[in-house]
Amino acid sequence: MTVFLLRRLMQAAVVVLAMSLLVFIGVYAIGDPVEILISPEADQIERERAIAALGLDLPLWQQYLVFLGKALQGDLGRSFVFNEPALQLILQRMPATLELAFGATFAALLIGLPLGLYAGLRPDSSVSKGIMATSILGFSLPTFWVGLMLIMVFAVQLGWLPSTGRGETAELFGLRWSFLTWDGLAHMVMPAINLALFKISLVIRLTRAGVRETMLMDYVKFARAKGLSPARVTFVHVFKNILIPVVTVVGLEFGGTIAFSVVTESIFAWPGMGKLIIDSINVLDRPVIVAYLMIIVLMFITINLVVDLTYSLLDPRVRLESKA
Amino acid sequence: MNDTAPTLEVRELRTHFFTRAGVVKAVDDVSFTVRRGKVLGLVGESGSGKTVTGFSIIGLVDPPGRIAGGQILFQGKDLASLSEAEMRHLRGNRIAMIFQDPMMTLNPVLRIDTQMIETVQAHAKVSREEARQRARDALGQVGIPSPDERLKSYPHQFSGGMRQRVAIAIALLHKPDLIIADEPTTALDVTIQGQILAEAQKLCAETGTALIWITHDLSVVAGLADDIAVMYAGKVVESGPVSQVLDAPLHPYTVGLIGSVPSRNRRGEPLRQIPGMTPSLLNLPEGCAFRSRCPRAEPNCAVPPPMPEYRPGRFARCIHPHLEEAVAA
Ligand SMILES: Nc1ncnc2c1ncn2[C@@H]1O[C@H](COP(=O)(O)OP(=O)(O)OP(=O)(O)O)[C@@H](O)[C@H]1O
Ligand code: SF4
Ligand SMILES: [Mg+2]
Repeated sequence: MTVFLLRRLMQAAVVVLAMSLLVFIGVYAIGDPVEILISPEADQIERERAIAALGLDLPLWQQYLVFLGKALQGDLGRSFVFNEPALQLILQRMPATLELAFGATFAALLIGLPLGLYAGLRPDSSVSKGIMATSILGFSLPTFWVGLMLIMVFAVQLGWLPSTGRGETAELFGLRWSFLTWDGLAHMVMPAINLALFKISLVIRLTRAGVRETMLMDYVKFARAKGLSPARVTFVHVFKNILIPVVTVVGLEFGGTIAFSVVTESIFAWPGMGKLIIDSINVLDRPVIVAYLMIIVLMFITINLVVDLTYSLLDPRVRLESKA
Repeated sequence: MNDTAPTLEVRELRTHFFTRAGVVKAVDDVSFTVRRGKVLGLVGESGSGKTVTGFSIIGLVDPPGRIAGGQILFQGKDLASLSEAEMRHLRGNRIAMIFQDPMMTLNPVLRIDTQMIETVQAHAKVSREEARQRARDALGQVGIPSPDERLKSYPHQFSGGMRQRVAIAIALLHKPDLIIADEPTTALDVTIQGQILAEAQKLCAETGTALIWITHDLSVVAGLADDIAVMYAGKVVESGPVSQVLDAPLHPYTVGLIGSVPSRNRRGEPLRQIPGMTPSLLNLPEGCAFRSRCPRAEPNCAVPPPMPEYRPGRFARCIHPHLEEAVAA
């Protein structure tokens, strides 16, 4: 287990290093922030002073080394725009994005698992066919369109739910969260559902496929031959087996959810990292872009590790192999 | 319950699969009787319908399959008349089944103790501790060393033979009146096989459990069974007391089957194989299904042969049985 973790940490370090280089070069290629940041009226001397202050006069490789050295000390540069540490800027907005992504994942499991289970157990019923047809919509309707429709119906016409912002927040671990207040929760419902749409469909289809496959296994028939109740067969023997692929895929999807929250956050004016990165790209705020991408990379690595660990908890066969 | 009734009586059982390609008559007229403490050997080549017969008895034929006819009487009671709840009460309790493939029988994500304790508690109102105790005893009974530790293992930590013994232990938990054992020793090595066979025989003699032993292996049947039923293409083609059937088979298929097994009495003679292939169940020829492979076939075999009792207790589904040899026996 320790060996496994150590090996994974070393792999992670290599990935982060490689990504930092790619991200740095990639961002450099996007465009010249000087054009945007420095007023056209500034004279040559002022320009050069500003460029030197931003560290943009050094050759690229030196800029990278400087960046790397500082990054190792937890300094990912200062935002050109806000003149605040980029990391701090992003971390401030991270809770909003995280709670939205968690909310969406939670909703996807809460809605997707029961529906998928039903559709898998009664594949020929018309309800199941309805569930499956609807799940195709979840895959194919564009997120922004569904988001706008949600706002139209539930905020504008029915007036049931608020459509913008995080609402009231409460503090936990020194960070502000919406899910701790009723008002905040109400604000979260629509963006979370919007973000969850794709995942709900995914969970439904994975669960259904898993149930149908598992039901045919000898061990399920043997469980029935032991005289167990249908509930025990379904919720212990079948369910534990389908959790393995569902947890894996939903877990790996989590990184994608955070990345995709860009669209949802823009529509619902949700002040998270997604909205920050869009604004930063617009003004070529390089340190923020780089810091954001690095954090996303770290997050993906962490998620993969957590998924692997959960996976080995669910599937005893994996546990032994990682020990060996 | 009826004390004089045999433990199991299967009468003209038909189990068909209604597939898109057509009706697969996997079991089509199967009859046999198993009494208390007796062992019936159910033999036949691959695809002859042995497993489907077993599933039919325990009530686990899944769609598109369905019992299409006949009767299954368990201790005199027609199983078709039972509700699903009543049937569930019998399963794993009074009727147990050991499956063919030990690698697939146990749930890979549940520990052995979970899978055994749930079986105990499904039919007996006992504490978890008591259930664990019984599970451990059952593992000991089938010769699994240090059962306490093994209870905490997962199936993948066992070999195929060990898994099959766990499955056998699960079948024994409630001392059932009937055990359907579907090729339970195929995955075991010879010594263990002998051990399990002896254990099975002891169980039948001591507790009066009736046993249906499904197998390809005639030598196992010879040593273990009291009666034998030979299946071919979904039908029982010959049945009777095991020694008589093996010494003087009536049906040409049984003759072929015995001829294809190595035997001490015929040492030096070449093994004879039954020519041809098992016919597809989807389009069986009219009349005797063995016709295309039968050395004794005659034109009148094209009508479905009846299954008369040629000798007391001995039935054969054939118009031209080997009666001469049977007389000599
Ligand atoms: N679900 C199903 N759908 C269609 N046909 C089936 C199904 N299950 C079994 N059959 C058919 O029933 C026939 C009998 O199968 P069965 O498993 O009983 O054979 P068997 O005698 O146990 O063979 P083996 O020795 O290989 O285990 C086979 O031809 C098989 O194709
Ligand atoms: S009925 Fe005819 S074809 Fe069938 S086994 Fe007897 S002799 Fe052979
Ligand atoms: Mg079989």
